Amino acid sequence: MPREQVSKWLRTRFFPHIWCPGCGHGVILHALLRALVDLEKKPEETVIASGIGCSSRMPGYIDACTVHTTHGRSLAYATGIKMAKPELTVIDVMGDGDCSAIGGNHFIHACRRNIGITAIIMNNNIYGMTGGQASPTTPQGARATTAPYGAIEPPFDICKLAEGAGASYVARATIAQPVMAEQYIKKAIQHKGFSVVEVMTHCHTQFGRKNKRSQPVDNLVFFKDASVPKAKADAMSPEDLKGKIVIGEFVNRDIPEYTDEYRKLCERVRG
Amino acid sequence: MRFVSKVFDVLINKGWCKGCGLCIAVCPKKVLELNDRAKCEAPRVAECIGCRQCDNICPDLAITVKEREPHASN
Repeated sequence: MPREQVSKWLRTRFFPHIWCPGCGHGVILHALLRALVDLEKKPEETVIASGIGCSSRMPGYIDACTVHTTHGRSLAYATGIKMAKPELTVIDVMGDGDCSAIGGNHFIHACRRNIGITAIIMNNNIYGMTGGQASPTTPQGARATTAPYGAIEPPFDICKLAEGAGASYVARATIAQPVMAEQYIKKAIQHKGFSVVEVMTHCHTQFGRKNKRSQPVDNLVFFKDASVPKAKADAMSPEDLKGKIVIGEFVNRDIPEYTDEYRKLCERVRG
Repeated sequence: MRFVSKVFDVLINKGWCKGCGLCIAVCPKKVLELNDRAKCEAPRVAECIGCRQCDNICPDLAITVKEREPHASN
């Protein structure tokens, strides 16, 4: 990848960034920028929205039209932006808590409407910025500040949630496969309709130190070992898949997009 | 016909590098290492095969792998 083109998308005055050394969010930032460069998007026609949390620092580093909004409600803002100007490329970057807990309602309804937004969910299994509380995606048995003896709740599978709620493109990668993440993000941006890319990342500072993965490299090795391609996972039993991360493209369907339907409605009613 | 192998430069922005070591872990040729200030360096750059795994994994966007122009090599 020609580095100069990626640099053009950066607000270099804010670098080095605020994330911890080795934070997976940086890997996703890089993958997103490479996807945008490859698709020859223009910064003035690209909107990147975010909510609150470590993940939400990302738009601050991207020199495009960016909006840093309220916790969990970034999809509501992104929906407004997309409705007002459907020709824009709207990308919403969210953390796991932002997407599935605080903004869970906005998320499922954006999926249901199938509005042309690309949601990139950085799932680090914990609320990293606020002190390491258990989030809805903390795996069963994993320790967190609010689950010192291990979480007892079953976690959300964000991809299945998105699929069930009606998103038209759903894929998952981990930070151990940055090129795969880039390709899925690229496909998601090109896709017409609500597309969800869940990128499994790590918070070694909060999640890792309580779960024997305190170094960035430990997490990289973990993701490499734990990720199973979808084709292989289909042939595996649920017992074998326990503790594994299934990566791949889960949904890619062509269904009517919300802003298109809205435009058609306006034309019909106006006569 | 003479076989000319490609030569790569690994450029590291030390101001942005935080020394997390992810690039060192992914490099298949062990080109990179941390210096005494915990910043990444490429002492064995001649071994680089240009796979760009370090470039892609670097969370700080500090690494650039560039192919050297053929006439400039050696």
